[in-house]
Amino acid sequence: MSVLLLETRELDKRYGGLHVTRKVSLQLHAGDRLALIGPNGAGKTTLVNQISGTVAPTSGSVWLGGEDVTRRPQAERVRAGLARTFQITTLAPHLEVQRQVELALFEREGLTGRAWRSIDGYPVLAAEAKGLLSSLGLGEHAGWPTERLAYGEQRLVEMALALALRPRVLLLDEPMAGVPQGEGQRLLAALDALPSDLAVLIIEHDMDLVFRFAKRIVVLAEGAVLADGTPEAIRNDPRVRTAYLGH
Amino acid sequence: MILLVIGLLAWWALPDQLGLVTRIAITALFVLSLDLVVGIAGLATLGHAALFGVGAYAAGIFALHLHVDPLLGLMVAIAAGSLLALASGAFLLRYHGFTFLMLTVAVAQIVASLAQKARDWTGGDDGLSGFTMGPLLGLFEFDLEGKTAALYALVVLAAGLYVSRRVVDSPFGLAVRGIHENRARMAALGTPVVRRLLAMYTLAGALAGAAGGLSAQTNAIVGLDSLSFALSAEALVMLILGGAGRLHGALIGTVVFTLLHHTAASINPYHWLFIIGAALMAVVLLPPQKAWAWLRSRRGAKA
Repeated sequence: MSVLLLETRELDKRYGGLHVTRKVSLQLHAGDRLALIGPNGAGKTTLVNQISGTVAPTSGSVWLGGEDVTRRPQAERVRAGLARTFQITTLAPHLEVQRQVELALFEREGLTGRAWRSIDGYPVLAAEAKGLLSSLGLGEHAGWPTERLAYGEQRLVEMALALALRPRVLLLDEPMAGVPQGEGQRLLAALDALPSDLAVLIIEHDMDLVFRFAKRIVVLAEGAVLADGTPEAIRNDPRVRTAYLGH
Repeated sequence: MILLVIGLLAWWALPDQLGLVTRIAITALFVLSLDLVVGIAGLATLGHAALFGVGAYAAGIFALHLHVDPLLGLMVAIAAGSLLALASGAFLLRYHGFTFLMLTVAVAQIVASLAQKARDWTGGDDGLSGFTMGPLLGLFEFDLEGKTAALYALVVLAAGLYVSRRVVDSPFGLAVRGIHENRARMAALGTPVVRRLLAMYTLAGALAGAAGGLSAQTNAIVGLDSLSFALSAEALVMLILGGAGRLHGALIGTVVFTLLHHTAASINPYHWLFIIGAALMAVVLLPPQKAWAWLRSRRGAKA
């Protein structure tokens, strides 16, 4: 068994009378490719938000690398190796793509408290940013303001920012959402090229992608874990069919 | 650098207008400080005068009771501005948008009414006066024509601009610009958002305090108007006029506003605000690209 990196223990979240996640317990090990699926409103994004630290759980705990981080702010979780992307593209629209990636690198290296040397004075990080963008096929547009990129390319920038942090755990919230057919290939290639020891949790509605990418699938319905198993087991699980198709 | 040269040219070429040059330099420093908050960090504030006024009072009180050296006084003003920014920012920066805006107004009003009540220290409604500054660096007396004052203000402005430029172009400045554009993204990158904003706010407080200190020292009087809502609002108008978020826009806006004010008020003392209003509408409604395109098409038509 490989190293346990991320664990949720009975994560519970209520908004008033609305019970969004119900005692969700998950484990993510190094090298895992776990897909989180479920109908709209099943609580997938709320779960990811509780893990990354933007939403506080009502009860239960989140463990990162053997430490309880439930009460820790998001910044500390990132430093402990947790990175995420957003379902709706969340980027700085006017910053150049290259700058945006450099910013992630500055953050990783703990340099954003430095207030005197120019951002052009860090050639090693600039080269790393350039290399990362090239590896994702974005090298040509490195100097563009982010908002000028096509939507699929902006999704790639989301991925670049997460990877720039050199995480041990990566949460991908619907990386393919809204990406036109023609632009999807590069994203798929990027997913395939993720470091093999990285623990990945992906939320995705595109079932072809889920069954191609995931080695394990967790099905969430009405906030609770309905099924947890290999793609093969999930495909043949009658409860999952009922939850999705309603019969 | 270029701006310092222009300032020096103005100083040399306009010996009759040194008072105006001084006032522009001080106001520009204040608007520059506002740009760090509004243009760089993306926090709309209408309480910036609090930081200016506290610097002005600190410099005035220091000169009156402790020491007449201008540079020491300037340090005190800078410290006062940054301390107020640090203390109020720790509370204010937990909010954003409209809440932040309203709270900045509230903080400025509280500071202004404290200054009004503390008559023994601030002179209340009468203002704080009766202090004279010692010579700058122990060498240059503040003369009646205002030569020393204008040079002093220009040099401090240049220093403020240099520091701001360095900071904005640093990794820290980039992070603050990132927060301006997308808070959630920066938080996801691990940025301690409030801490970074507080640092920038404190730097802005230092510059605003310096501007206030200069104002106190060169006018030898501090009034309650240095804490007023009108000053905060006017500075915001100047910043928008010159373009927020680029630092030099603060200088351009201040020069344009002050010169417009100066000339328009001498043509028609009652309706000068009308001209300012028209200029502001033009700037806000006409994006620069459109304005350039229009100018180019006119030149094209003429040629």
